[in-house]
Amino acid sequence: MIEVKNISKSFGGQLIVDNVSTTFDEGKTNLIIGQSGSGKTVLMKCCIGLYDVDSGEVDFHGRRFSNIPDKKRKHIRQEMGVLFQGGALFDSLTVEENIMFPLDMFTDMCLKAKKERVNYVLENVNLAGTNNKYPAELSGGMVKRVAIARAISLMPKYLFADEPNSGLDPKTAERIDELLSTLTKKFNMTTVINTHDMNSVLQIGEKICFINHGKICWEGTKETILTSDKKELNDFVFATELTRRIKR
Amino acid sequence: MNILYQIGDYVVMVLQAFKKPDKGFVFRRQLLYDFKRLGVDSISIIAIISLFTGAIIAIQMAYNIDSPFIAKSIIGFSTRQMLVLEISPTIISLILAGKVGSRIASEIGTMRITEQIDALRVMGVNPPNYLVLPKITAAMIYFPVLIVFSIFLGIFGGWVMGSVTGLIPSSDYIIGIRSWFDPFTLTYAMIKTVVFAFIITSVSAYKGYTVKGGSVEVGQASTEAIVVSSILIIFFDLVLTQLLLT
Repeated sequence: MIEVKNISKSFGGQLIVDNVSTTFDEGKTNLIIGQSGSGKTVLMKCCIGLYDVDSGEVDFHGRRFSNIPDKKRKHIRQEMGVLFQGGALFDSLTVEENIMFPLDMFTDMCLKAKKERVNYVLENVNLAGTNNKYPAELSGGMVKRVAIARAISLMPKYLFADEPNSGLDPKTAERIDELLSTLTKKFNMTTVINTHDMNSVLQIGEKICFINHGKICWEGTKETILTSDKKELNDFVFATELTRRIKR
Repeated sequence: MNILYQIGDYVVMVLQAFKKPDKGFVFRRQLLYDFKRLGVDSISIIAIISLFTGAIIAIQMAYNIDSPFIAKSIIGFSTRQMLVLEISPTIISLILAGKVGSRIASEIGTMRITEQIDALRVMGVNPPNYLVLPKITAAMIYFPVLIVFSIFLGIFGGWVMGSVTGLIPSSDYIIGIRSWFDPFTLTYAMIKTVVFAFIITSVSAYKGYTVKGGSVEVGQASTEAIVVSSILIIFFDLVLTQLLLT
């Protein structure tokens, strides 16, 4: 479980994340949703330690992670996989080398074992046989799936994904959502996903935090989100004609 | 204040880079990769420029020395001295600042804007140590090799041009390049080259590492890397010359 306690973060005097407290549950797909600019990416970057918080703290299974020296964070970082919006694959490395990178850096596995792990995670993301391709040779959906494979190569306890299906067609986006949800169950990870895609919300949102102007203003599940009477949430959820029709 | 901030930031990045690598074999792999990209890939441009520069220096010397009281061998001597003392270590380093510096700044800058550096950080990898240290090490080891290569090619270019045009008899040129050789001039050239290699790679890496924005800013960082490296090379050329040759 990840506990976020009273986190605030500002840039240049502007408060982006305002006293946010929540928990992300183990073995569940936790979603942070909100409009663009609502502060969800900053909240996630505070959680993964890319930004130091101004106040508050983030705990991973009771272990403090925020605002401590990088050296002390290292152990928890190795239990964490992160999927960035654009994939963030290393351009100069092949798919196999990208996935093997965390194994090279943080394990003493022999080459054979590392290759077996690479093939195992590639099979899990349905990309077996793409070992020798470079990121430039992959489609957008494949890049995301390789990035997921890299993120889970160390068998992490925590998986963070920042808008994993942005820029993808609906079918590929759905596949990525299913994949993240399946892997969460299979490896019993605490998965946190930033998204503003309502399809993802309704498909995989086991716990949903709605963030608006830097504050969490609603928490619930995919079952309760459509029946909430929270105005800000309804403005977000029923912003499109399609969702308005579903409601009617 | 901004310059002071940047200097401080640069020093912090360099100090982070010079920490012990997490995995020796990963560092060695990156080092070999950077030997190729920063060193081996620069051989052709260094060869062409050195060959032609040596030839031009020899012709200019021959053109200027028209007194019958000055031995023709002085042309070979002067060509060698110019190449060893200034042309190869400084001018070739300026060219490498353009070629290698822009490559480093744009590569690391692109990694920054595509979140690859953030990916390294969240994995618990020290990005300057993984990305910058192998580049600095590769350049500090390989650039002296390139400069020695450049000196030899420059001298050879002067000899070829002198012989082909008949401006300098081959025997006089060879006597000249063997005369009054002070081995310290080579040491001086190597010291300068190592310092310049550090400047080019660390400054370019810093410029790339601190990029904020998109492709326009990566281009700006690349240009700034070349400009700042070139100015620092000329400045430290003066400082090192004053310290080592007077």
